[in-house]
Amino acid sequence: MNRILIVAEHDGSRLNPAIAKCVTCARGIPDAEITVAVFAADPSAVAADAAAVAGVDRVVTVTHPIHANALAAAIAPQLTELAAAYTHVFGPSTTFGKDLMPRVAALLEAPQVSDLMAVESATRFRRPIYASNAITTVETVAGSKVVATIRIASFEAAGVSVAPAPIEATTVAALPATHTRFISVSSARSDRPDLQTAAKVVSGGRALASADNFGILFKLADKMGAAVGASRAAVDAGYAANDMQVGQTGKIIAPELYLAFGISGAIQHLTGIKDAKTIVAINKDPEAPIFEVADIGLVGDLFQVVPELERLLG
Amino acid sequence: MKRILVAIKRVVDYNVRIRVKPDGSGVITDGVKMSINPFDEIALEEALRLKEKGIVEEVLAVSIGPADCQQQLRTALAMGADRAILVQTDAVIEPLDAARIFRALCERESPLLAILGKQAIDDDCSQTGQMLAALWGRPQATFASKVEINGEVARVTREVDAGLETIEVDLPAVITTDLRLNEPRYVKLPDIMKAKKKPLDTLEPGALGVTPVERLKPVKFEPPPVRSKGVMVKDTQELIDALRRKGLA
Ligand SMILES: Cc1cc2nc3c(=O)[nH]c(=O)nc-3n(C[C@H](O)[C@H](O)[C@H](O)COP(=O)(O)OP(=O)(O)OC[C@H]3O[C@@H](n4cnc5c(N)ncnc54)[C@H](O)[C@@H]3O)c2cc1C
Ligand SMILES: Cc1cc2nc3c(=O)[nH]c(=O)nc-3n(C[C@H](O)[C@H](O)[C@H](O)COP(=O)(O)OP(=O)(O)OC[C@H]3O[C@@H](n4cnc5c(N)ncnc54)[C@H](O)[C@@H]3O)c2cc1C
Repeated sequence: MNRILIVAEHDGSRLNPAIAKCVTCARGIPDAEITVAVFAADPSAVAADAAAVAGVDRVVTVTHPIHANALAAAIAPQLTELAAAYTHVFGPSTTFGKDLMPRVAALLEAPQVSDLMAVESATRFRRPIYASNAITTVETVAGSKVVATIRIASFEAAGVSVAPAPIEATTVAALPATHTRFISVSSARSDRPDLQTAAKVVSGGRALASADNFGILFKLADKMGAAVGASRAAVDAGYAANDMQVGQTGKIIAPELYLAFGISGAIQHLTGIKDAKTIVAINKDPEAPIFEVADIGLVGDLFQVVPELERLLG
Repeated sequence: MKRILVAIKRVVDYNVRIRVKPDGSGVITDGVKMSINPFDEIALEEALRLKEKGIVEEVLAVSIGPADCQQQLRTALAMGADRAILVQTDAVIEPLDAARIFRALCERESPLLAILGKQAIDDDCSQTGQMLAALWGRPQATFASKVEINGEVARVTREVDAGLETIEVDLPAVITTDLRLNEPRYVKLPDIMKAKKKPLDTLEPGALGVTPVERLKPVKFEPPPVRSKGVMVKDTQELIDALRRKGLA
């Protein structure tokens, strides 16, 4: 039997949709029993969300005021203690999971499989390297626990279960570290869909030339019900917020539709959109490398095409 | 002496289009341009700025890998690091072993900060800094886009999925760099000459009590699936028609 522990990412009130994708990944492991661990100041709402994900056998909660904000240093010793009873410990390959899981792996003296994209057996997995220009298959050595971050763009979300899993409150002896303190988080929160899970994404590059001009993409996105992304060049230039960056060092996304306006198609950018079902590129340079991966390409000026699209889609 | 330890990893240059060997045993790295991992250049730049502000007196650059890593360490010295250590090995070093080596050096050198890249652009693991923090029993501030040192604490702004998060950590601590932390300086020619005289020590992992272990066995390497070339449309109306045919508009 493989006992898989998935750490819940949440904002205090709702389970992050990435976790239902980690569950799908875990279900790919033969003979799996799946537990979701919730670390929170008040875990009730998040635990209920987790219990309702199809495939979850059990939810365990650890309550502590320090978990009001997710801090790797606070969660790691406690998650490590819980992990003693499991063969696999999974987290999402989001900034939450990327921050936390290696700390846990080191405490467990276990190797970590980063960005796990496919399960071949309980010990054999596939993951991308070199900005997804190569895929490697790795095998963990016998007897070792497996820690992994799950590349969420590679898995569909598990559905809702008919009978929710049992929820158990648990206590751990390990105390959360206090040498790390949360101060604040600032996010350009909007009612637009979340970039990482949106079905449609409208994205802009350096060609937008100003933060004001990015407004035309927001208008189009709102009309389409899409999230808005950006290239690194656009973020570096201050045209778009950092949490909008798509690519090797930003977000890896897998929307149904990705519309790239004025993005050249650098390999680091393409890494982030390889799993998009349909890529549409609008670029005034017919030689732009983005056209090599685009399903639909249009050579043209984005400042003309964007307003036209917005009007014609109306 | 107050110092910062900076990790310098030698990686395939980010401009190189990497190819998998036909027999699937690895990627082709022969004759390929090698550079300092871009995130590690940012780590070094941050350390140099903290030294220029008088917060530390010494910047120590450390690389783990084959003898050729000396090239990247010389570049780091030319950028302004005061001394360098190469932990020389031809073995494959997994992140956990890299972290053990850095931990041993942190215990020996007692730095105020260890600054690493948030990921190495070859293996894209994004593990080593966090593992070092765990083994060293110290705080971690990953994906940093702003660092302020105030006495015994560091206030770090982190690039997270939700936006920008600020945390405070007690020192010593581990920081991993994100792209927007700073823009690394260029190396000037006279500095390359001066760097030749700076100390570069070499030691073996064994001297730090670390024997590299293989925990993740590579079974094979494959090129990624290629996307088939799509269609070109001539105007916005045709684009919308194409989207409608796919049920996307
Ligand atoms: C370590 C490292 C990590 C990186 N990580 C990332 C990452 O995560 N994400 C990322 O995106 N990049 C990343 N990059 C940067 C990447 O290499 C490119 O520099 C970047 O993606 C370029 O952004 P861009 O396409 O917007 O700009 P450019 O390459 O300048 O392209 C602009 C494009 O706009 C077109 N254009 C101009 N005007 C118009 C117009 N009016 N209408 C239509 N088209 C127009 C031009 O033809 C051009 O193709 C990384 C780089 C490094 C070194
Ligand atoms: C068959 C095989 C062959 C391999 N061949 C190579 C190879 O030729 N070259 C290669 O580089 N890797 C190679 N690797 C990978 C290597 O063994 C490690 O897995 C990998 O280097 C660590 O992951 P990362 O660098 O992505 O770490 P990350 O955790 O992403 O690195 C984060 C940061 O840690 C620091 N860091 C990590 N490693 C070092 C280091 N060695 N020196 C200084 N700072 C460091 C840097 O600051 C870096 O920015 C190979 C692996 C296998 C399985």
